[in-house]
Amino acid sequence: MKIGIPREIFPNEKRVATTPEVAAQLQKLGFSVAIESGAGETANFADQAYADAGAEIIGDTRALWDSSDIILKVRGPEQHPTLGINEVDLLHSGQILISFLWPAQNPELLETLKTKSVTALAMDGIPRISRAQKMDALSSMANIAGYRAIVEASQHFGRFFTGQITAAGKVPPAKVLVIGAGVAGLAAIGAAAAMGAVVRSFDTRPEVKEQVESMGADFLLLDFEEEGSGEGGYAKVMSEEFIAAEMALFAEQAKEVDIIVTTALIPGRPAPKLITAEMVSSMKPGSVIVDLAAEQGGNCELTVPGEVAAKHGVTLIGYTDLPSRLAAQSSQLYATNLRHLLTDMCPEKDGNVVVDFEDEVVRGATVVKAGEITWPPPAPKLSAAPPAKKAPPAAVPAESAKPSVLGPIALFGAGALALFGLGIVAPPSFMQHFVVFVLACFIGYMVIWNVTPALHTPLMSVTNAISSIIIIGALLQISSTETWIMWIAGLTVLITSINIFGGFAVTRRMLEMFRK
Amino acid sequence: MFSQGLVTVAYIGATILFILALGGLSNPETSRRGNVYGMTGMGIALLATILGPDVTANLGLLIIAVLIGGTVGLLLARRVQMTQMPELVAILHSLVGLGAVFVGFASFGDPDKHFEGVEQTIHDIEIYIGILIGAVTFSGSVIAFGKLSGKITGNPLILPARHWLNLGLLLAAIWFGAQFVQQSAAGGGMMPLLIMTAIALLFGIHMVMAIGGADMPVVVSMLNSYSGWAASATGFMLSNDLLIVTGALVGSSGAILSYIMCRAMNRRFLAVIAGGFGTTSGGGAGAGEDQGEVVAVDAVEVAEMLKGAKEVMIIPGYGMAVAQAQHTVHEISRKLIEQGVNVRFGIHPVAGRMPGHMNVLLAEARVPYDIVFEMDEINHDFPDIDVSVVIGANDIVNPSALTDPDSPIAGMPVLECWKGGTTVVLKRSMATGYAGVQNPLFFLENTRMLFGDAKATLDTVLANL
Repeated sequence: MKIGIPREIFPNEKRVATTPEVAAQLQKLGFSVAIESGAGETANFADQAYADAGAEIIGDTRALWDSSDIILKVRGPEQHPTLGINEVDLLHSGQILISFLWPAQNPELLETLKTKSVTALAMDGIPRISRAQKMDALSSMANIAGYRAIVEASQHFGRFFTGQITAAGKVPPAKVLVIGAGVAGLAAIGAAAAMGAVVRSFDTRPEVKEQVESMGADFLLLDFEEEGSGEGGYAKVMSEEFIAAEMALFAEQAKEVDIIVTTALIPGRPAPKLITAEMVSSMKPGSVIVDLAAEQGGNCELTVPGEVAAKHGVTLIGYTDLPSRLAAQSSQLYATNLRHLLTDMCPEKDGNVVVDFEDEVVRGATVVKAGEITWPPPAPKLSAAPPAKKAPPAAVPAESAKPSVLGPIALFGAGALALFGLGIVAPPSFMQHFVVFVLACFIGYMVIWNVTPALHTPLMSVTNAISSIIIIGALLQISSTETWIMWIAGLTVLITSINIFGGFAVTRRMLEMFRK
Repeated sequence: MFSQGLVTVAYIGATILFILALGGLSNPETSRRGNVYGMTGMGIALLATILGPDVTANLGLLIIAVLIGGTVGLLLARRVQMTQMPELVAILHSLVGLGAVFVGFASFGDPDKHFEGVEQTIHDIEIYIGILIGAVTFSGSVIAFGKLSGKITGNPLILPARHWLNLGLLLAAIWFGAQFVQQSAAGGGMMPLLIMTAIALLFGIHMVMAIGGADMPVVVSMLNSYSGWAASATGFMLSNDLLIVTGALVGSSGAILSYIMCRAMNRRFLAVIAGGFGTTSGGGAGAGEDQGEVVAVDAVEVAEMLKGAKEVMIIPGYGMAVAQAQHTVHEISRKLIEQGVNVRFGIHPVAGRMPGHMNVLLAEARVPYDIVFEMDEINHDFPDIDVSVVIGANDIVNPSALTDPDSPIAGMPVLECWKGGTTVVLKRSMATGYAGVQNPLFFLENTRMLFGDAKATLDTVLANL
């Protein structure tokens, strides 16, 4: 099948749905790849690079759409500025379209796709399950957006991120608050922490605390009990009391921090308003707010989607195209996500895709199949939070600890009795040796516990060598007048000398290797 | 020549030197000196005995035997590969066992020794026990050698009713012991002694055959212990304190090692000896369940990951020994350290086939021992680790040991590498480890699988660093 990649037509969209590298990999799966001339230009991939990777370069937009079986795009179909028609009308029956489609927000688009009797897969519909991580384009884009948010913030923030003590005075580190610790939030935390800022973060889902801390930020806790994990690892709407407590926390933080990055989104709803105008005005002049939810209305009341606004001395960044501002990076990750999806859909590696509804991932992403709307898919049931109802594993160690009191007592008792019995019957000469034996066991016990575990193998070989002290027994017997005893003793001397010489030599060889 | 008194003094000296030799192993710095002490002690003991009053004839045979044995021993020590160390140790144990058997028979047949009454009985019991332990050590070590060198399959051989079989063998040994003491008092006893030796040999074979490959560290240290007890029993038999003391030192050393190994696997000593690891609990919970999908990476990506990391932990297992990859591992660690990456090694006590196996291999590859850490030292550091590289290990990094009470390895302490950033697991295939348990680690989100021969893939990683 032929994969076609048209040029993105949305204003300021710099991304492209495949890179030369991925184009080459797609051909290994048996596909042929065609790309519209200039499609990769804004992401710094020249036509020549695609041609070198074996892709066909097609100058005419219509020809590309007509000849392709699969269309890979970043943005969903739009009105074409030069051709004067909608991209949907360029589709023909039986074609497969894979791009971001946002089916919940665009019901009329689904209807048009249906009438065109095409098959459409929404990259934003890939379910959030472990297996599908490699094709989760939302995560890859969110990661880039989070990183870019910090870069944009530093652009508009008039000071260092990192604290310094210089000859010209002391510079305090910037304080960054990241609200919402999803993929974007975590990426923002990582970027800000790497630049040296003091980062703190808040999220309604308590299970992300560890992730936040692992990225180098403090996790802000509310003095309030409510579980905020919804289906599929996303957040859900919280109770009013919770929101009130949360707002109080933000109001307090706003006075203190220099930069706020908000990433709070609830699937299928407008973004929650978390930063009020009042909080903005309470911030220090020169502070920056980056609102990653701007496209869904913004987490901050004053955000102007798509623009940078200055309100109360605070810069509000409401860009909705952050991934596109890192076009080469996001094109690469998005193209790889697409490649993974196509790899899964093309199990035979023969260049033919199968839209298999048994596959949970394909099922979740497919919004229109051969002229039928298949959205919304049955809900996925996995949450990233560990199931809380598991029986506490503490029961196991408790059980094994029980016999610890009786055990030693019984052992000591039995030992004492045995020694007592031995003392009654054994002659004194034996008891003398026995005393030596017991004391030697104790010395051995004390000495061996001090041996470092790294030297356990040399310990075994050296104890092996010295246990060949048994040679002494053979030496005492070798002068026997009985011939068979003499020969047996001789043989014993031979084999034990193997042990003595071999054991010590190999120990020496090993110990020589242990150097700093 | 030496008087008996001088010989005794020499024995005391040798004993002290042996204790110092073992004490020296507390630190790599002092261990080399300790080994010299051990050699000196052995030399003193041998010379004193040879020059002492008991060695009166057949010196020629003695010298020839020592020369042949010594040459063979030195050649073995020089030729052996460090990865074959467990086999060598096992076969050397068997020689001690065989020596104990021989000395026991020779002592029984010695016409110069005459005891009366209880002393006669005790002497007979000493001979009997000495030969018994010696024979078990001998046959057990030979089987262990076969298993370790791959000449015998590493899978446990489970005979039906094997516990009853063992018990039967034990009872038979006791019964023949009673027979032997009776007949010996009447001047005979060779027959029951021979039968018992055969029983002991069978017991040794059966015992080790029933133990799986992953339990080999316990078996090797247990046989180490037995060889000590055999020497000790021989010392009682000959009324020789030097043998008693040395045997006891070695015996307790092996016993402690066995204990450490058992604790590292959270298994009872008796359970290991009874054999059949992983065969009791229905093949391991969750082995058949779909646990999700693994994410495979190639060596180039791993090299990139390592270059980008600040803290790297390398966790070697038996697979590294099999693939002889220790030198490549060292080169990788050296290169990363040059690039400012903090590389450390995490060693699980039962990694490999004998106690300390991994340490010896890494030392052979000249990895400095101060970046090689024991599990207890580094397990709490994993949250700070960016990349952990697991080389040919499975059960020792299995999270289900901590989370799944039904797992056959439940409660075994493991290296908690999944708490770090990314874990790269090098494996030949998706086969389960020796415990036969599926490893949920492979399916975690932050785990990447690098399939292939450890040596070949690591060479590619090295080339890309």
